[in-house]
Amino acid sequence: MDVVQLKRQLIAFTELLYREGFLDEQFNQLQQLQDENNPNFVAEVVTLFFEDAERILNELANNLDQQSVDFKKVDAHVHQLKGSSSSIGAQRIQRVCIIFRTVCNEKNVEGCLKCLQQLKHEYALMKSKLETLFNLEQQILAAGGPPSI
Amino acid sequence: MGIVAESQFHVLAVDDSLIDRKLIERLLKTSSYQVTAVDSGSKALEFLGLLEQEESSLDSSPVSSNTHQEVEVNLIITDYCMPGMTGYDLLKRIKESSSLRNIPVVIMSSENVPSRINRCLEEGADEFFLKPVRLADVHKLKPHMMRTKLKDHHQSQEKDREEDPEEAGSANRRPEVEFRAPGNQQQPQHHSSNKRKSIEEGLSPDRRRPRYSDFVHVGIP
Repeated sequence: MDVVQLKRQLIAFTELLYREGFLDEQFNQLQQLQDENNPNFVAEVVTLFFEDAERILNELANNLDQQSVDFKKVDAHVHQLKGSSSSIGAQRIQRVCIIFRTVCNEKNVEGCLKCLQQLKHEYALMKSKLETLFNLEQQILAAGGPPSI
Repeated sequence: MGIVAESQFHVLAVDDSLIDRKLIERLLKTSSYQVTAVDSGSKALEFLGLLEQEESSLDSSPVSSNTHQEVEVNLIITDYCMPGMTGYDLLKRIKESSSLRNIPVVIMSSENVPSRINRCLEEGADEFFLKPVRLADVHKLKPHMMRTKLKDHHQSQEKDREEDPEEAGSANRRPEVEFRAPGNQQQPQHHSSNKRKSIEEGLSPDRRRPRYSDFVHVGIP
């Protein structure tokens, strides 16, 4: 596939991600902070986010598996995930976190479990889409095209 | 009055989130500031404590006499919600310290809680940013750093001439910011009348006062 086609794909795909709420304006802000001196900034931040999110999702699964759920701990983790998802523009994940915190406040274990499921689902989607995005960018670079960002 | 080069501005960033530290560091470096990022309030105080130790042999004049110290901090930007010492606690400690209280402090928070914002500004924070922090927010930092640099420059010139009036009183908060909120969220008038007078005197004409609408962040669900 030639560079022009790849670029068209990248643009279309990116627009889709924004439209479907996977990404919001903050992601654009991140891209603006990337330059030739910091060419991997977005990828680095997103990688940190993936590591952080996976760790938190595991912790949450543990927390909610206890006989007596420590809702403070659950809330602290969700708050953390809400913060980091907001920082990279992962809008859908951030929104689930907001609901999660409400449900956690009500000390509703069932509700929390549902939210956790939702989070895992959204996270998997997000990860796959961002990986596709980065893949396209790599392809463009490899095909000799100038960086898209 | 000397030329103040931007590369001399050094910002201390405090945030327990690795992602947010990386972000704020990039934002600040993009604006040509030197950055030191730490992950807790206590680490921040430790870092700032270097300054205090060097200052203790001098009189209680404010920080940043360039001949005496190697590490100068021109602004502290801190997250509000941190385990252990919150950003608010850190703010208080800084404002209570005779050597540190002139360093401008900016608070960041992911939550838009008017009472929280009020409390921080009342305690002497110069700005309150809603997260995620953006480049436009970072552009607001320079006036605070410039003001302190110029102030300290004048003070070091006048040190022998007169006592610093701020040292005398117990109410030694820096009244740099007047926070106005809509509706019935009025800034308490009773204990701040002196502060209000100094605010009016102290503000430069082009200083933009943060308004409540600034903190209502479009797009946050």
